Amino acid sequence: MSAGASRAMRSLAADPRAAVAMVVLGLAAVAALAAPLLAPDGTELGDVVARRFVSPLGRTPDGAFHLLGTDRFGRDLTLRLMDGARVSLAVGAMAAMVAAVLGAVLGALAGFAGGWVDRGISAVVDAALAVPRVPFLLLLVALFEPGVGITVLAIGLTGWMTIARLVRADVMTLRRREFVEAARALGATPGRILVRHVLPHALAPVLVATALAVGQAITLEAGLSFLGLGVQPPTASWGNMIAAGRDALVVAPWVALAPALAVALVVLACSLLADALESAVAGERTSSAGQEAPQR
Amino acid sequence: MLLTALRRLAIAVPTVLLVLALTFTALQLAPGDPVRLFLGPGADAAAAGELRRQLGLDQPLPVQFAHWLGAFLTGDWGTSIAQQRPVTAVLREALGPTIALTGLSLLLSYIGGAAIGLVQAARSRSRTDVLLTALTSVLQALPSYVLALALVLLFAYWTALLGLPEPLRLPAIGAEGISADLLDPWSRVVDRIRHAALPVTTLALIGAAGTARYVRAVTADIARQPFVRAARSRGLGERSVLVRHALRIALLPLVTLAGLQLPALFSGVVFVEAIFAWPGMGRVAVGAVLARDIPVVLAVTAVFAMLVVLGNLLADMAAWLLDPRTRGRA
Repeated sequence: MSAGASRAMRSLAADPRAAVAMVVLGLAAVAALAAPLLAPDGTELGDVVARRFVSPLGRTPDGAFHLLGTDRFGRDLTLRLMDGARVSLAVGAMAAMVAAVLGAVLGALAGFAGGWVDRGISAVVDAALAVPRVPFLLLLVALFEPGVGITVLAIGLTGWMTIARLVRADVMTLRRREFVEAARALGATPGRILVRHVLPHALAPVLVATALAVGQAITLEAGLSFLGLGVQPPTASWGNMIAAGRDALVVAPWVALAPALAVALVVLACSLLADALESAVAGERTSSAGQEAPQR
Repeated sequence: MLLTALRRLAIAVPTVLLVLALTFTALQLAPGDPVRLFLGPGADAAAAGELRRQLGLDQPLPVQFAHWLGAFLTGDWGTSIAQQRPVTAVLREALGPTIALTGLSLLLSYIGGAAIGLVQAARSRSRTDVLLTALTSVLQALPSYVLALALVLLFAYWTALLGLPEPLRLPAIGAEGISADLLDPWSRVVDRIRHAALPVTTLALIGAAGTARYVRAVTADIARQPFVRAARSRGLGERSVLVRHALRIALLPLVTLAGLQLPALFSGVVFVEAIFAWPGMGRVAVGAVLARDIPVVLAVTAVFAMLVVLGNLLADMAAWLLDPRTRGRA
């Protein structure tokens, strides 16, 4: 690890925003991983009418305690929320990965090759940025069957443009630096220069953008599932849980509020993490590379 | 002026063409063969080939795209499968409500956002500033559907449960009441405003958060400039310095920001229209997806994209009118 990178790590570790974000995301991840270990209490629901819509901290007639209450089928909301975390976090992370890889590859290609390759990719980026994301997602979902796979792909394929722009700009300035010249003089091939010498330096902004992209992807997955166009019930996702709770908003607001708060907290954590990462990276850049911090 | 407008238009046209090409590509990627779908699985190859020729599906893709584009540009957007009427007729009804909703939200988010950002810049690093920064960060990260449901819960249900006065109990469905046609003109305006209150507030709050963060950063930046220090040293009050000098410069990038915010606004409006049953394009799109009415979804996406391009064009022109410096570059 370079001196600059370890300095960035230290500044990140000292940032309270990063600490809060890591606690929230860590809890969500643990909840998601632990979900299958806890026996689902809903295999035999018994008297649904008596068990349903138990308020938070309440007990069902059989004496079972429910931290967040129960939904309209008498299922424990805490367990449902943990189950939903699996889908929401997995879809968010995978879609962000698709976007980050696609953006990094296309951005690097445009910035490194220049010329008509750059003009072509940049034109597609500009056009794609003009398409509002949710309507385009609706189009993709309409063309295929709704489900987890298409949700990941659609969110990933509509989120790579900002990352591509960042990488392109970085690669364009980096490829004129002396160390790239030196590598070229030593006979390194363009591919090796790009992968070994240029891209590692362009990773920091990708990291920031990916943290943001995870939050956006979770928002979008939950949104699509909320509209009934993403993950389909009975598979729990925070989005379709909000949709189910919406019907009972008057009698049992907690059924919708619990997953809605979960989405809001995790997305907020992602954006806090991105903010903290950006500060850390900006500090690293000004101190080690002598470059100006990116203006916001 | 005319030259700049033409130049911007020259950039906008290929963007729209590329957007349409992207939508056409998405359409090609979809599984399923329309000919097989139309004739059924038992049809023989000769009949399928004949229909393929009739529909022009045997042509190379670029030729098909040219045909599709030609029809699209001449206003032939096909027929809605679910509603059995021209797509243009469906969209004509929905365009107005969406533009009203987004336009009003954008306007209010600017006024509110600029005010919050200015207060923060004036009291930089005070407790108010920290509190407002936290608030705007939360609002900006909050999904629109979460905020919308929270507002519904508060202002449509709880205000009624608690028996609060009528003006605080807001309707959460539609753009006007069932009996709107029977109301006198004045009550009808009030009815409209009450119906618009919650959806507009949802979008405006999220937009205002982003604008406030931006205004705060830009104003703080400008406040360090020499000309602001000069104004201060001439003995001008802090308010006058901020509003007369700093804000005027900060407004310029704000105009461009309006254009850049449009894609996010047109994404949020889909959820908000779905929740509040607002009769706009977002709600039409969601209904069309559920009915697999692809021509309508396709047209909504294209119209939203064209609105973004148009909005950016207008923002560029406004910036050009406001800022003499950009004129030199034209």
